[in-house]
Amino acid sequence: MSMRNIGIVYRKELTEALRDRRTLISTILVPLLLFPILSVGFGALAIELVGKAKEETPKVMILGGLDSPAIIEGIKKLEKIEVIPTADNWKDQIINKEIRAAVEIPSGFQGDVAAQKTSAVRIYNYQGEMKSEFASDKIDKYLKSYLDTIVKQRLAAKNLAESVLKPFEIKQENVAPPEKVSGAAFGGIIGYMVILLCMTGGMYPAMDLTAGEKERGTMETILSSPISRMHLVLGKFFLVLTAALATAALSVLSMGISFNVLSKYTTKGGTPDPDAAALVLHLGLKTVLSVFIMALPIAVLFSAALMTIALFAKTYKEAQSYLTPMTFVVIIPAVAAMLPGVELTSRLALIPILNVSLLCKELVTDTYHWNFIAIIFLSTCVYAAVALFLAVKMFQRESVLFRS
Amino acid sequence: MIEARRLCKRFKDKKRGEIRAVDDVSFTCQPGQIYGLLGANGAGKTTTLRMLATILEPTEGTAVICGHDVVEAPEKVRANVGFLSTATALYPRLTAQELVEYFGRLNGLGEATLKKRVDDIFNRLDMNSFRDRRCDKLSTGMKQKTSIARTLVHDPPVMIFDEPTLGLDIMTARTITAFIRECRNNGKTVIFSTHIMSEVEKLCDVIGIIQSGKLLSEGTLAQLRDEHHEQDLEEIIVKIIAPHYASSETN
Repeated sequence: MSMRNIGIVYRKELTEALRDRRTLISTILVPLLLFPILSVGFGALAIELVGKAKEETPKVMILGGLDSPAIIEGIKKLEKIEVIPTADNWKDQIINKEIRAAVEIPSGFQGDVAAQKTSAVRIYNYQGEMKSEFASDKIDKYLKSYLDTIVKQRLAAKNLAESVLKPFEIKQENVAPPEKVSGAAFGGIIGYMVILLCMTGGMYPAMDLTAGEKERGTMETILSSPISRMHLVLGKFFLVLTAALATAALSVLSMGISFNVLSKYTTKGGTPDPDAAALVLHLGLKTVLSVFIMALPIAVLFSAALMTIALFAKTYKEAQSYLTPMTFVVIIPAVAAMLPGVELTSRLALIPILNVSLLCKELVTDTYHWNFIAIIFLSTCVYAAVALFLAVKMFQRESVLFRS
Repeated sequence: MIEARRLCKRFKDKKRGEIRAVDDVSFTCQPGQIYGLLGANGAGKTTTLRMLATILEPTEGTAVICGHDVVEAPEKVRANVGFLSTATALYPRLTAQELVEYFGRLNGLGEATLKKRVDDIFNRLDMNSFRDRRCDKLSTGMKQKTSIARTLVHDPPVMIFDEPTLGLDIMTARTITAFIRECRNNGKTVIFSTHIMSEVEKLCDVIGIIQSGKLLSEGTLAQLRDEHHEQDLEEIIVKIIAPHYASSETN
């Protein structure tokens, strides 16, 4: 094995790759921009929008209740709610987002309450529409407190303690720190993004160095030089691997920076807002390094597999049509790992791509199951070695190199 | 020296079955000699030359180049061979100098020797004005000169040219034929294939006529003229290959 020859091929391929706009876009630009756009862009936008929606003074209509002035006055006094005159088309107005909600007070409500008869107050809203739900939540909150006051008055009138109706309380409490909560919720996406970008980063160089070389007519030129085909394919392979790893490294780096920037949006006047913190992934250096190490064998697997497949093609375009379906082969197991309830088992640890994706989900929540890590790393190394062996073999087949 | 010994190359084709692209071809080419391989399209010229350059492996038979067997020591053979064809393109994103240096390094040249060789070749071929220009920005003539520099960088004793002037304009073609002649004058062993009769008459010391993968006739131009009682080379070739051409077309 001549490392010198492999190095010569690698350096030449690197020089060419750095002068190729398509490779630069897929290897450097996409991973650097994708995460800031996805996380900082969308995340900050979501936080901003939620904040603005909360601050809006929604228009609300009260239907009926003319004989129950107390409750109407109570609603009107609510902060940040504008009660507007009743109109017959209140339903359309909610749907058209002209008003956010309507509350219907049944006729004789106040009398019924006094007579201790049960009646129903209805809140109409636009389900799924954030601002409408905020408005109806405010009214709901007020009505519940009004209901509590009446209950307390009734209990007091009968000299009964409040605990008669509430023998005990039920409280759910989260013991996981916010970063783990967000990790469990969004951790799956990290593995998915790293795996996908590893693949797209290696895809263009893999096509360029195989089918592209055939199309440009340089394959025969290089095959007439004294370098062995094994050294040639290894030199090319290391370049594709570099591109895949550079994409993965840049994406992890850009992800870390993005979430760091995003966490600034989640602090209110210097103190962290726990609700918003749950929306942001907190990635430490250890997590970033672990994800990157696990991406190594998968990058080897992708690089070798991409080269083997692209080598069959005669042209760049043909290689594209072979490799585009490969993206789906990668996406399906990566997405499967994001499904709720799918967790690592010793069987799933052997399924390539899915295993690394699931592991990344655990790593992001700072969970380290060393037995799974060992199985996944070793099995992926085996798959990668098989793919690399195939790539070397393919480069020695005349029927593949000179397919016509 | 090139010595082809019963070279055979068979391909499998889904529609046509087994194809004998080269069938039992033997010949010898001495140093300081130009061997011209002539034949119609699909006769087996390119496959023969690719086997000599070890780009393809013979199905049967072998060839010995500068004492190295093409099957047993292909890398040693390639280190002694310069291969040029219209199909051997240049890397578009490398400069002319980077490309020649790349092939020099692959041929095992050290940096000091490489620099000297590259400077020497670039001066000799008058390439200094475009040495730092990317290959995709070169004119056809400049590209051909760069290709020649690539084949010369390791100073190989054997040169293989596969239709080197195909599709080139007259001036660029002249550069190539002058280069082939220079190779012979420098004592190199040269084999080349072409369709152009004037090139054969001007350059070749020995002519081999190939059709349907078989070497049908071989000799100097004078010997072929005597043997076939014909002065015009084109007529001689037609006489030789015509009976085989019809059957190869049917196949």
